[in-house]
Amino acid sequence: MTAASDARTSSDTAPSANTFDADILVIGGGPAGVWAALTAATQGLQVVLTEKGFVGTGGATAAGNTTMIYAPPQSDLREAAIKRRWAQAHGLADLGWIERVVDEVHLRLNDLADWGYPFPVDDHGRSFLGSLRGPDYLRLMRRRLRKAGVRILDQSPALELLMADGAAAGASGINRVTKETWTVRAGAVVIATGGCAFLSNALGTNGLTGDGLLLAAEAGAVFSGMEFTAQYGIAPAFASVTKGIMYFWATFTDEAGNELPRTGDRQSAIARHLLSGPAYAVIDKASLRLQEGMRRGQPNMFLPFDRRGIDPFTQRFPVTLRSEGTVRGVGGLSIDRHCATNVPGLFAAGDAASREHLVGATSGGGGPNASWAMATGNFAGKAAAAFVTELGPSHRHRRTQAAGGIGLRPDGARDHALNLSELTEAVQNEMLPLDRNYFRTGPGLEASRERLNDLWRAARRGLTSSAQDIAKTRETVAMLATARWILAAAIERRESRGLHRRLDFPQTDPAQQRNLLAGGLDRVWARPAVTHAETPAPIHSREEALAS
Amino acid sequence: MIELVSQSRCISCHACVLACPQNVFDSVPHAPPVIARPDACQTCFLCELYCPADALYVSPLAHEHEVVDEQQLIAAGLLGSYARAMGWKRGHPGGTENDLTYRMFEEGLIQP
Ligand SMILES: Cc1cc2nc3c(=O)[nH]c(=O)nc-3n(C[C@H](O)[C@H](O)[C@H](O)COP(=O)(O)OP(=O)(O)OC[C@H]3O[C@@H](n4cnc5c(N)ncnc54)[C@H](O)[C@@H]3O)c2cc1C
Ligand code: SF4
Ligand code: SF4
Repeated sequence: MTAASDARTSSDTAPSANTFDADILVIGGGPAGVWAALTAATQGLQVVLTEKGFVGTGGATAAGNTTMIYAPPQSDLREAAIKRRWAQAHGLADLGWIERVVDEVHLRLNDLADWGYPFPVDDHGRSFLGSLRGPDYLRLMRRRLRKAGVRILDQSPALELLMADGAAAGASGINRVTKETWTVRAGAVVIATGGCAFLSNALGTNGLTGDGLLLAAEAGAVFSGMEFTAQYGIAPAFASVTKGIMYFWATFTDEAGNELPRTGDRQSAIARHLLSGPAYAVIDKASLRLQEGMRRGQPNMFLPFDRRGIDPFTQRFPVTLRSEGTVRGVGGLSIDRHCATNVPGLFAAGDAASREHLVGATSGGGGPNASWAMATGNFAGKAAAAFVTELGPSHRHRRTQAAGGIGLRPDGARDHALNLSELTEAVQNEMLPLDRNYFRTGPGLEASRERLNDLWRAARRGLTSSAQDIAKTRETVAMLATARWILAAAIERRESRGLHRRLDFPQTDPAQQRNLLAGGLDRVWARPAVTHAETPAPIHSREEALAS
Repeated sequence: MIELVSQSRCISCHACVLACPQNVFDSVPHAPPVIARPDACQTCFLCELYCPADALYVSPLAHEHEVVDEQQLIAAGLLGSYARAMGWKRGHPGGTENDLTYRMFEEGLIQP
């Protein structure tokens, strides 16, 4: 063993108050993470949940509210929901997955009702379980976790994974408040760090910088669906609130007040127009009953308006599009039906995983994504528990090695020219502009790739960090890494499909109806998933029945 | 972005320091917390829910800071307005039973 790698083994560090042994480590405390932790703890295992922010306010669900797919077994609702998903997936979803997600979510929503989430009752006296308020939902889950004995580490971003003989064996990170480092050794790790929205200020997404994707890639994990990420949310131009639902009842206009031509979806109409000038919206198609429903259902939609003295139902206001990247886009870690990645002991759930199985090439906002997070959190928690049980208690005695590279262990001497805000801006320059990433072209993507490859090489060589900025450093390079997987996959898919719009290949090509894998760190690659092992077989197929 | 920790209302409980997902505040012993990293604020409004004293104000402007006047905010009914609209009280959840979101699905225009 070389001196350098020796210095990274855990046996060199004496156990401290901040070193924990657990059966399962869950990284990320949004819906996917809290369900994974709860499920694993319910199986009698010791679980640590570490969250960059606070379990209750961290992530995209906490700041938004989420529509859920609520469909009781054997109901017409269920059949319709499944058909709708299937029809909108551009041929890349998996029917067996759609069914098991819908059915799992039904059970778990009923759990929430049993645990005392006060669901509203509609005008016909029926409980409505089709929507969850983020802050209330996650606060309830926090209480359940405590009751189940899960150890929660708030304000504690994970910075790198620990590995033991090629298997995930824990992680280490830092507490942002105390600046103390922590280490959790575990038999299995669940990545539930959400997606990556490149600090676009889309609601609740600035903590979502792709950290878990980088950690997993450093362990050798691969991605799928990274090209389906040209997802942008509509927001008032001055505000963060990318809640799209109200715009179903909007009229969009240009500076002069002419209605924007509506070809394609709402986002595309606005995107085309924003390339040349400002766009406006007024929510003028909502009945009074609906207006009241919006106000009393989604209070945060109205904060930007009420606090600026705008009546959105009668006064038009400027709108913009904010990137939601892989958050309401599709791509993420490639997983099998147990939510296992290709790295032993490493599982993924929620937005950190590719949602292609459920939504294909289309955005899963508005019900599917939050349902996916709830269902895969449960699947991953169960599978991780089974993995650890199989491993037996001996996992506690494994020798572990830290897997982190870029920003932690540079190849060369410190490069003083590298600065985190400039690196972030450089990544944003490739990922946020509509003319680069909403409307994509081969040459444009390739030029972006070259620029980011140069940055990666420089950062790999000379980016260092101190206790003060180590978390920010890893966030920055995680965004850089995520952008490069997106670009590789977007270059490889030479057609337009769902959330991937190529101006140079505007048509959908039936021959490319297949998933693309991507991965790599210093050498990033993307290619079709070809071998049998790489394309998980459909769980069971009712495709023909549905097509009829 | 976060603009105000009301010195007169704050009871120095430090709930916001722990609950802010962006680690914007720093604790000060026996005193109201300070907004130590204002530019890290993601304008999510969640600290307002966790504050038991309605002492925080998040401006809806996501890209720029604005100067706010506490008395004007109080007069306009804006201090604590998010918590009131949600039905949260003294930092504790409440109000989901009055959630009328289901009306948005009545017309069949949106189907999850
Ligand atoms: C404005 C908005 C509205 C939405 N509305 C809907 C909707 O109506 N219906 C729907 O289905 N979906 C909706 N979505 C999508 C939905 O919110 C997400 O799919 C869902 O939150 C995913 O859950 P998650 O647990 O995977 O990720 P998140 O909820 O994003 O949670 C990830 C967590 O991981 C933490 N984390 C990140 N990095 C680290 C690290 N290094 N160490 C430790 N922790 C870390 C983050 O702080 C965060 O708390 C919406 C999204 C947005 C942005
Ligand atoms: S608005 Fe959100 S990010 Fe800003 S201070 Fe409050 S909780 Fe923190
Ligand atoms: S939560 Fe409110 S009362 Fe408590 S410290 Fe923060 S501002 Fe003060």
